[in-house]
Order: sequence, then structure tokens, then C-alpha cells
Amino acid sequence: METQAPRSRRLTIAAEDGRVSGPEDVPSDAPLALRGLTVSYSEKPAVFSVDATFPANSMSTIIGPNGAGKSTLLKAALGVIPRLSGEVFVFGSPIENARNRIAYVPQRASVDWDFPATVMDVVQMGLYRKVGLLGRLSGQLTTRAQDCLDRVGMADFSHRQIGQLSGGQQQRVFLARALAQDADLYLLDEPFAGVDAATERAIIDVLKLLKSGGKAVVAVHHDLSTVREYFDHVFMINVRRIAEGTVNTCLTTKNLQATYGGRLAAAHLAQLAVVEGAG
Amino acid sequence: MGAEFVQFSLTPILIGVLSAIACALPGNFLILRRQALIGDAISHVVLPGIVVAFLVSGVVAAIPMLLGAAGAAIVAVVLIETIKRLGKIEPGASMGVVFTTMFAAGVVILEKSDTSRVHLDVEHALMGNLETLIWLRAEGWHSLFDPAALASLPDELIRIAVVCVIVVVLTLVFWRWLKIATFDEGFAQALGIPSAGVGFGLVVTAAVAAVAAFEAVGSIIVIAMFICPPAAARLMTNRLELQIWWSAAFATISAVLGYVFAGYGPLWFGGQNAVSAAGMIAAVSGGILGLACLYGPHRSRVGVGREEAT
Repeated sequence: METQAPRSRRLTIAAEDGRVSGPEDVPSDAPLALRGLTVSYSEKPAVFSVDATFPANSMSTIIGPNGAGKSTLLKAALGVIPRLSGEVFVFGSPIENARNRIAYVPQRASVDWDFPATVMDVVQMGLYRKVGLLGRLSGQLTTRAQDCLDRVGMADFSHRQIGQLSGGQQQRVFLARALAQDADLYLLDEPFAGVDAATERAIIDVLKLLKSGGKAVVAVHHDLSTVREYFDHVFMINVRRIAEGTVNTCLTTKNLQATYGGRLAAAHLAQLAVVEGAG
Repeated sequence: MGAEFVQFSLTPILIGVLSAIACALPGNFLILRRQALIGDAISHVVLPGIVVAFLVSGVVAAIPMLLGAAGAAIVAVVLIETIKRLGKIEPGASMGVVFTTMFAAGVVILEKSDTSRVHLDVEHALMGNLETLIWLRAEGWHSLFDPAALASLPDELIRIAVVCVIVVVLTLVFWRWLKIATFDEGFAQALGIPSAGVGFGLVVTAAVAAVAAFEAVGSIIVIAMFICPPAAARLMTNRLELQIWWSAAFATISAVLGYVFAGYGPLWFGGQNAVSAAGMIAAVSGGILGLACLYGPHRSRVGVGREEAT
């Protein structure tokens, strides 16, 4: 942690200068670093020339209004959607060489839960990098998949058809699948969307355990009221990068207004933001 | 079940079963990907390709037919895009227009060209020539061990058998890719699985199965087998592995029962002539789907959207 603090401060200052940092600035150990990432669905870019560095041993979040490119940023970083330009580094290497170290939790609504599979089938998909295309699933790995279900409180559901789960349970299964990947960097897309309070609590507990185990967590999040409670590093985006840094330095009225424009009421802003100058 | 059965019924039934399985296996994944109509589209679009390939090459052989079908698929894609853009209509409408037009064009070309020397005419394109694919040299079950008799097996049987084996092997080898990429494309991509390639390979495999089945059993069976057995299988189980087995079983039952009903059914009811085996096989597969809809143990799941899954 001690070595991280000065680095993130340096990057924050660089951002305020408006200087575009090149690949030479990529910290060798940053779990996730994006350089000049641009994504476009049509003529108008959804994400434009974004630089971002997500530090180790921390819980990071990507926030911004609807349509600001939060999920797009995450998906483009992973190569799930094509990027127009830009580079992605995971622990200092190009992402293609580091896929073993990444776990990904897509949005729950992005898949068809009527698919003929049990909870265990889905969790075992997270073991793919361990078994490969044709490898045998050993008893040891099956046990590990069961352990992962246990960690999210779903141990008794392994034979349940996934369509018979509640939204919160489905989200836990997705998290268990990510745990089965046994990664160093966990990327989550809206993990709290449409889940019950107990599930939200369970998920955040698991994520905090990951962090204390030395893993890095990056989550797209839309509930501003819980940012301060859950996360310690924040990246604010509205097509372009608005700000990034620790929650205390970044979550200011100025930055929130720049990110959300007129969409947040002034009173709401005052409640969320750190008192000016405290950062 | 003596020599006559081996001579006149064994090879058509085998060809029907192999065609049905070769189409049903990729059909499972097409249905789960909400691409069931792609099977329909493929079986329509390949007809003009096969006809043109025959006119150019002069023979009914696997390679020219596959090339013709591939060429037709490319023409179809270009036409769909062009109509969509120039006509500013929705993709579904554009596809529907292109598929039916190309199929109709294939029928017209076929009718107007001289294909009398081979088993390729409008009737065969629709219903195949299953009843004519008999094994005249066979003298009984022992012919299965007679090399001379085996050499005279219909070429269609050898071709569909090879294709069926290829489809089975591809399904087994790429099982994990197919399963993960069909359920969660984004997750598959993040794992480094080439999702787009898996989807493309699936469509190509389905097309190869369609072309191989097409010459023996016609487009009616191809369309039915891509959809009916997998859709009925989905109603029987909630596990993909079992669904594949169910679909193969339903495909086999449809082919056998359909052939038997077509050959003997009319006689049971006092009729004189047999009816089209291809039509009866497709009808049986539809009947099985109907029964699965009424009595399948997991029918309540199908069609239940994620919104309702509470």
C-alpha cells in the first residue's frame, strides 16, 4: 500500500495537467492500465481516448451517468467488444498474455438464464483456463468449484437449474464463477444491479476479502450513495475521463458535476461529495 | 426383417437417421443462440448454389456442391445487406425476401435446366429421393460383411455418414467452447475463447450438414431436423449434455418411424401407395415436438424470459 500512494497521486496530478501519458508511464505492477482507449459503435465515440490506471490492493469503481461508457470501457478493455484504438496492460503485460490473471463478471442481464445448465455447470465454466478445451475436470477442481459456491452462500444450490434462481442468486453464481477463475484481477460489470440487500452485502464481503487477500477489484457501479462505503479508488467517466484517484480526492462536487452534468440535484451533490478542499 | 428389408429399407433408414442427427446436433446450439431461423435460411439458400454448381461442373458431387452452397451463402449475405441499406427495411424482412427469392430462383433454374440424367429435380430438391437409395446388391444381413456388396452401397450413405461423423467429432472436440460461448459470449471472449469464430464455425458446420443431407433427403427434412428434435429435447431436460442426447434420440425416432409410416402407413389405412418419406419424417418430428410441448417435464421453463425468473 505504501508504494501505491505516491504513484496514484502522481497520476492524478498528471490528469489535472491534461497531459496524455504514454505507455512508458504504465506502472509495471498496475493490475489494469488503459492507454488511449477509444471505442465507437457509430460515428460518435462511446469512449474517447481514455487513460486509466487501477491500483493494486484496492477496490476500484468506474462511475458515470447512463450512456457514459462505463460498461463499454470494461468490455473494450477485455476485448469483448472491439476497440478502435488504445492499449490495455494487465500487471504490466499486454492483456492477451495475462488472461489467466483476470476474472470477469458480466452484467447479469447479458445472458439468457433459460439456458439448460445447472449452477455447477456455470461455475465450472470459470475453470476453463485450468482445464482447457479437452482436459479432464479433476475431482480436485470440482471440489474447488463447490468451495466457490460456498463462499457466496450458494453451496446448497449446485444442482439447481439456473433459470430457477432469483436475480440475487444468479448474481452470486456469476461471482462464484469468477472466484473459480482464481484470478489476481476481478472485473465486475454492475454487480449490484437488481439484487436484494442481502446479496449486495454478501457480494461486497467477498470482494473485500479478495482485496485483503492482495487481489485487485474493479467494478462498474451506478449507485453513487454507496461509492464511499464500498470503494477506495474511483474512476469517473463521461465518454472521456473526468477524474481518477482515491475516493477522498476525487469525489468532489466539481468532478461530480463535470461527470453527471445537470443530472444530479445540487442537494444530492453536496451530500455525496467530499467537502471541497478536504481531499 | 430378411433380405428384402436389407435391400429396400436398411439404407434409406440409415441415411434418414444420419441426416437427421447431423442436422439436429448443430440445431441444438442454433436454437439456444436464438438463431433457429439460420438453419431454415441455410436450407433455402443452398438450393440455387447446388443447382448452379451442378450446371457448372456437370456432376452431383460433394465438393462442387459445397462450393456452390458457400457461394450462394455469400451472395445471400451481400443481397441482404444491400436490400437492408437501399430499401431501408429491417434485417428480418430483408432476410426473408432474400431466402425465399433465392430458393424460388433455385427451383426455376432447376426446372428449366437439363438435369434428367441425375437425381436432381424440383421434387428431389424438396423431398429428396430417400425411397430410391436402395441397396440392390444386398442379399440379406450377411451382405454387411461382404466387401463386394458393401462397395455398391449408395454414395449418399457414405457421404452423409462421413459428414455425420465430422459433426459428432466437432461437437465433442469443441464442446466447452460451444457451451461457454453459447451461454455467455462476453465471458467466453474474456477467457480468450474466439466467440465469433465459434459462431461462424457452427453456421458452417450446419451448412455442411444441410448440403450433405439435402441431396439425400431434400430441404423439408433439413428444415425440420434443425429445429424439431432440439426444441423437443429442450423440453425434456435442463442440462445441455442430456439435451444433445435427447435430440439425437428424437432425430433417430423421427427418421425410423417416419420412414416406416410413409412406406406402410397408407396400407394400414387401406391406401394403395406409399407417401413421401421425407414429408412423413418431418411430420413425425413435428408430432414429437407437439407431444414434448404437452407432456415434456421441463416445458414450463421454455419461453420464460429472464424477467419472469424470480
